Parts: sequence; C-alpha cells; structure tokens
Amino acid sequence: MKLCRAFLPALLLVAGLLLAGCQHGEPLPFRLTDISSHMPDLDFKLTDDQGKAVTGADYRGKVALLYFGYTHCPDVCPLTLAQLHVVMQRLGPLADGARILFVSVDPARDTPAVMHAYVNAFDPRAVGLTGDARATEALSKRYRSAFTREPGSADGSYEVSHSSAIYVFDRDGKARLLATPSASHDDLVHDLHLLLDTGATP
Amino acid sequence: MKPSTLSFLLAGLLLTGGAHASAADHVHASHAWIRVLPGDLPAGAYVTLQNDGDQPVALSGASSTVYADVMLHRSSTAGGTSRMTMVDALPVPAHGKAALAPAGYHLMLMQANAPVKPGDTVRLTLSFTDGSTLATDFIARPANAMDADDDSAMPSMDHGAMPHASGH
Repeated sequence: MKLCRAFLPALLLVAGLLLAGCQHGEPLPFRLTDISSHMPDLDFKLTDDQGKAVTGADYRGKVALLYFGYTHCPDVCPLTLAQLHVVMQRLGPLADGARILFVSVDPARDTPAVMHAYVNAFDPRAVGLTGDARATEALSKRYRSAFTREPGSADGSYEVSHSSAIYVFDRDGKARLLATPSASHDDLVHDLHLLLDTGATP
Repeated sequence: MKPSTLSFLLAGLLLTGGAHASAADHVHASHAWIRVLPGDLPAGAYVTLQNDGDQPVALSGASSTVYADVMLHRSSTAGGTSRMTMVDALPVPAHGKAALAPAGYHLMLMQANAPVKPGDTVRLTLSFTDGSTLATDFIARPANAMDADDDSAMPSMDHGAMPHASGH
C-alpha cells in the first residue's frame, strides 16, 4: 500500500503530461501556415464595438481570428471579412466557438459605433476593436504586422496600407495559424475545425 | 451626357465617317455590382468590361448622380501588405475583357447623397479615355456578398438586422 501511495502522484503526473502533450505537443495537421510557438499569445488592451474595455484574456475559450483593417477601406477589408463570414457559415454551429477580431488601424475615424455597424454587416461573430494609436501600434508590432498612413489628399482623406494577414489563435490564446486573404475557404474551414474540435473549454 | 462630350463624339463621328466608333460603342458591361457598407462609408463597385472592337480601349473613371465622388482604384498586396492606389486608366484589350473585381481594380464610391441599400440599382456612367461614356446599372449587394449574384452570403441576413431587397 505504501508503494501505491507513493506511485499515485507520479502516475497522475505522467497522465497529466500525456494529456498536456495531446493538447499542445502534438502538431495538428494544419493546411495553413503553422505559427505555433512562433508568435506571442493573444494579448491586448482595446475597446470593443460596444464601447467596453477588453483584453486578450476576454477571448480565452474562443478561437480568435485576428485581422487588422479599417472601415474606410472599400475593397480588401470587406472582401476579407466577407470571406471569413463564408468560412464561419460553413463551420455551422461550431462557429459559435470562434470570434473574428477586426482591429482598426485607423482609430481616428473608427469609433466603436462605426465599428459596430461595420462588423455586424458581415458576421454576428465579428467583434470590432479600437484603441488609441499606441495600443493599436503595440498590438500590430506584437504580431509584426505593419501599417502606415499614406499621405493625405487635398480633401483631407487618406489611405492606410495594412497587413493583409489573418492570425488565428486557439482557445488558450496561443498563436497557431497565419492565413492570407487568398487562402482557400476549404483550408480555413479544415484548420478551424481542428482547432474548434480539440481543446474545447472544460 | 455633357455637351462637351457630345460635341466631341459628334466631331469624332464626322471626322472618321463613323469608321471608328467610340470606345463605349464596343464595350459591354456585365456583373455590375456594389458592395454596400454601413453608414456613409465608401463602397466598392465592380464590373466586367468586354470590348468587341478591333481597338483597345481604356476605362478612365465613372460618375454618378448618387455619389459625390467616384475614383478608379486598384488594391494590391505586396509582401503581405495591402494598399490602394489611384489609377488613371484600366485598359480593355481589343476583343478582350477586363474585370474590376474584389482585391483588384474597383471604383471607390464616396458620399452617397441618399442611403443605398442592398437590392437597389444604382446607375454609374463609365467614362473612357476617348471621352465616350457608357451608362451602366449596378446592383447593390450586402457587405458580405462575394459576387454580383451569389447566394452564399445571404443566409446570415435572415437573422441579421439588415432588410432584404424586398423589405423596402
């Protein structure tokens, strides 16, 4: 009996390690670019489209699709969000476990109200995030995602060039995938299935 | 049509005896649609241009009574960065086509004088570098549409706040 008592914690430890191994050690057969352990965890301090202060931790338990853009972008940003909407639809009820986080790189024009109307025109699981220039820059730097404001034209309007990548984080906020807007819907659906099927919130 | 354009066209016809009709005479527009965004945000317009003529033509821009400003733009992605640039003209080869499509050439529509809703038809007057024009009806589509007439993006609208085309 003494032996058993001594072994029990060790057995539990081994079992725990095996379980942990299943969740994080085993590489999932992703089709998109696997960035697991190459990018920092999801972390930010921004304001959501309801005007509420949020952090990366608020999205733990969800698979997060992070995309930088701005609402005065009539072509590529709406296309990307429309594509993500199609992907979310193809995921069916599983999509409720995912959130599209659309971060504005144009906080001067993108108020939470503007962002709210904008993201909801695409998908009910999309969240619009804004912050001051410093917070937005910190987040984009964290993921080596560049954006610049192009010189304005005479009427005061300006264009913003921005990274086109979509960063995917698992339910634990770990960076897992990098997708470009040209990624096929099939690949996105396939990989999101892997992330949504595994590591469901306890 | 502006008087200047008309006189230009007439002069052109008189000079050439009609042998070289204007660009617009040879161009057919199809798949014309607008991605409508909420509020007064600029919208993107897309169209496929087919040139049946023996000469290349070039689209130089468009105008509309609905939008105060229309610009011919091109989106491009290089080194993982997306940007938009203004372009002077989009060539349409002889007996060929050119497409304004998402993530490429598009017309940026700004400052609508009345809200444009999905299902609406908006007329844009396309202009070519020879001064000729082509009035084209564009169908307004929801923000999350993928094309001029696909249905893939519509189901979410059923439980969304946005009315269907028939809803107004």
